[in-house]
Amino acid sequence: MEHLELFFKSIFVDNMVFATFLGMCSYLAVSKKVSTAVGLGAAVIFVLTVTVPINWLLDQYILQEGALSWLGAEYASYDLSFLSFILFIATIATMVQLVEIVVERFSPALYNSLGIFLPLIAVNCAILGGSLFMQSREIESFTFALNYGFSSGIGWFLAILAIAAIREKIRYSNVPAPLRGLGITFIITGLMAIGFMSFGGMLTGGDDGEKNPEGGTPTVEVEKVIEKDTEAAQAVVSEKNN
Amino acid sequence: MGLLSKKDAKLILDPLADDNPITIQVLGICSALAITAQLKASIVMSISVIFVMGMGNVVISLMRNIIPSKIRIIVQLVVVATLVIIVDQVLKAFSYQLSKELGAFIGLIITNCIIMGRFEAFALGNGIWRSFLDGIGNALGYGVILIIVGFFRELLGSGTLLGFPVLGDPIKKSGVYSIGYENNGFMLLAPMALIVVGIIIWVQRSRNKALIEEH
Repeated sequence: MEHLELFFKSIFVDNMVFATFLGMCSYLAVSKKVSTAVGLGAAVIFVLTVTVPINWLLDQYILQEGALSWLGAEYASYDLSFLSFILFIATIATMVQLVEIVVERFSPALYNSLGIFLPLIAVNCAILGGSLFMQSREIESFTFALNYGFSSGIGWFLAILAIAAIREKIRYSNVPAPLRGLGITFIITGLMAIGFMSFGGMLTGGDDGEKNPEGGTPTVEVEKVIEKDTEAAQAVVSEKNN
Repeated sequence: MGLLSKKDAKLILDPLADDNPITIQVLGICSALAITAQLKASIVMSISVIFVMGMGNVVISLMRNIIPSKIRIIVQLVVVATLVIIVDQVLKAFSYQLSKELGAFIGLIITNCIIMGRFEAFALGNGIWRSFLDGIGNALGYGVILIIVGFFRELLGSGTLLGFPVLGDPIKKSGVYSIGYENNGFMLLAPMALIVVGIIIWVQRSRNKALIEEH
């Protein structure tokens, strides 16, 4: 359930483009056509899903204060968190290179469609931002990090897909000359961001029914809790009997 | 000018207006928008970027003949990351509160497209002094937009500048508030940064028709 919550939160509430402006440069530069936007979006989902969990492991076992304690007691007081920028960006650059090689070897078709975008992604703020926000939000487990990377990627994908579609249509409208191109794109993105702000209440406010986007699930949750409770009660009883 | 030849001065002055990194080259927007709700944060961010870009361009220009072109992206990233770590540590040491507010966005200077863009387009092919001027010029152009956006967002959003109440006290109804003026809280929210930059682009392009795009 928490996974589902994180999933929808990362896509809609904390959307990378509309809430934190990450990856704006490529978002503006590559959104002139829907087909290229889809290519870049897919590459971002892919790389985020790979790099965020890896950086989570690095953060957990090397960088955080006391993270090195698995090496021995004398390392327990080390705090290497000042190295996180350089380690994260190195991981990202290497992973992108690695992914490029692997994709080229095993799926030339996918390589041809993603090809040009993959190297660009190493310097996309959305990728490093994903890892940095993962660190500052203190994501607590590996699966959560995986989920967070994947769903943030989907959020970014949705955003670039939407703006590319709008830009394809707006070419036929009579926009004031100085606003054409970049200016109107900024303003449209601003309006879309205002729209996305309304998702803010999806997970925090409202009643319980709104809290769960699928409806129905709360009862399952309650049943599980009851089951757990009865199990626990039985365990206590059996212990007492012994 | 004695120190700068006409060509060198152009390197600094061009990015300020007609070749501005944000409004014309469309680079480095991510960090420009997220931290401009306050003027102070915008100024600190601009200074950080000026430092990183000036130093980074010099370092890359020094190494331009020994970097193998295949791995230059990684070399560039390492250089920027090192400089950004310096900025981050200095901020943490001298202004911890501000460094908390800026949060991940100092780290995101690493992937600021202006920096990589200038490394690729300029520092890899030019001498040290010219690269330095180009770095400073572009970072100043970036800073100017940041400060304009930060100025309007803080002034209209919370009625203060750098934390000082310039429009009077909204609670005691003094200053402009006495005639019924209200702060526009909307200016503090993220989407307004985009719209303010959009308006800056609009103003700039209607003053200089040569910059208008053909869709």
